[in-house]
Amino acid sequence: MSQEHFEPKLVGFLCTWCSYTGADLAGTARMMYAPNVRIIRIMCSGRVDPQFVMKAFQEGADGVFISGCHPGDCHYKDGNTKTLRRHRLLSRVLEQFGIERERFRLEWVSASEGTKFRQVCNEFTEQIRTLGPLNFNGNGGGPHERR
Amino acid sequence: MSDAKPKVAFYWCSSCGGCEESIVDLAEDILKVVAAVDIVFWPVALDFKKKDVEAMPDKSIAVSFINGAIRMSEQEEMAHLLRRKSQLVVAHGACAHLGGIPGLANFWNKSTIFRTAYHTTVSTDNPAGLEPQPKTSLDGHELTLPEFWDTVYPLDAIIDVDYYLPGCAPHRDLILNAVTAILEGKLPPKGAVLAPNKSCCDDCDRNETKPEKMTIKEIKRPYEVLLDPKTCFLAQGVICMGPATRSGCGERCIEGNMPCRGCMGPTDQVYDQGAKFLSAFASILDASEEKDVERLVDSIVDPAGTFYRFSLPSSILKRKKLEAVR
Repeated sequence: MSQEHFEPKLVGFLCTWCSYTGADLAGTARMMYAPNVRIIRIMCSGRVDPQFVMKAFQEGADGVFISGCHPGDCHYKDGNTKTLRRHRLLSRVLEQFGIERERFRLEWVSASEGTKFRQVCNEFTEQIRTLGPLNFNGNGGGPHERR
Repeated sequence: MSDAKPKVAFYWCSSCGGCEESIVDLAEDILKVVAAVDIVFWPVALDFKKKDVEAMPDKSIAVSFINGAIRMSEQEEMAHLLRRKSQLVVAHGACAHLGGIPGLANFWNKSTIFRTAYHTTVSTDNPAGLEPQPKTSLDGHELTLPEFWDTVYPLDAIIDVDYYLPGCAPHRDLILNAVTAILEGKLPPKGAVLAPNKSCCDDCDRNETKPEKMTIKEIKRPYEVLLDPKTCFLAQGVICMGPATRSGCGERCIEGNMPCRGCMGPTDQVYDQGAKFLSAFASILDASEEKDVERLVDSIVDPAGTFYRFSLPSSILKRKKLEAVR
């Protein structure tokens, strides 16, 4: 895909209590925002297994973000704290795999923050558009001699 | 040698030779194995050639034990040949099973590996700056070498594999059980890893010393701390892959007062050992504020290399993005 026609493919893991409700609010309020994010609803941002994020990148996502309740507001008390720790550690690991830190975001969006959800989607889409396609294909990251 | 005995082959690809050693480590029990089977191919110990294998009828070898990862064209060719000649193929050891230590080369590529090995290391003496070439002409003769790839593969990425014998190297009991099961025809379903399906912690003597709520305030490397020989390594702040690793290894590292490094690979329930360990490990870090989390996380030296020490080529991402290798 040429750079000028590049539409970023983004995956967003949204917790059902805050961020998914926030996304719903953006929808019911008929806010316009970049349609690039494929939303996956989960019970808690702490449910996001690092395997999910890697699978998303391996299957063609150009960016992945996790969004949960603000610190202190987690429906399960400290699920989002675990997400924070995993996000920072996974970001370092992904960097070692050649996936830039900018491609993997963590955001806190509450149920009342439809505007913030819109802003996150727009910002992230533009950021990844500038960064360009990831092209991390399933054969281990690019053309090579065997397959 | 009688024709009635099942024929067995052993072969090595990208490996250290430790898996060959694991066969010899069967000690006197190897005599039972030798009495029960005909070893028809074993380059490290017996003088059979590739052409001898080529001359055998297809499927005439009962089982081939292949160790080592696949990183060169010659290894691919031998794997295909043995697959054709064998009824069963067992991926023997961590490298054939998961990619193993040679698989860490997947954070690099051919040119960066050659640059280090043939040019930049202090011990390299190569004034002409030569590198191995697949084809070379010398005095009118053409010489060939196997092709070296950018990427290391586990055996099952190249050929169909029937069973996996995990470990670096596999414990003798696992090998003996596997050989016995094959000889007696009492095999589990195809694709099984021939080791218990529970985590290393389940069998660990130190499990009892694990605190009720495990937290890590500071991450230490084994050489930085005097390790207590009885206490859980994670409780001592040392990275131990036990929670995300299959048991059956005999806990030889733990007994030697070294943490688990993950050679047995994940259990059947997990696809990506490194990611799963990352998940578990991050959750026990004793930090909640962004700054504290980052300080702890940044104190880990080479997290990807540590979590994927044995399983990089069989992980979800399999290698570093080629275009990002410098």
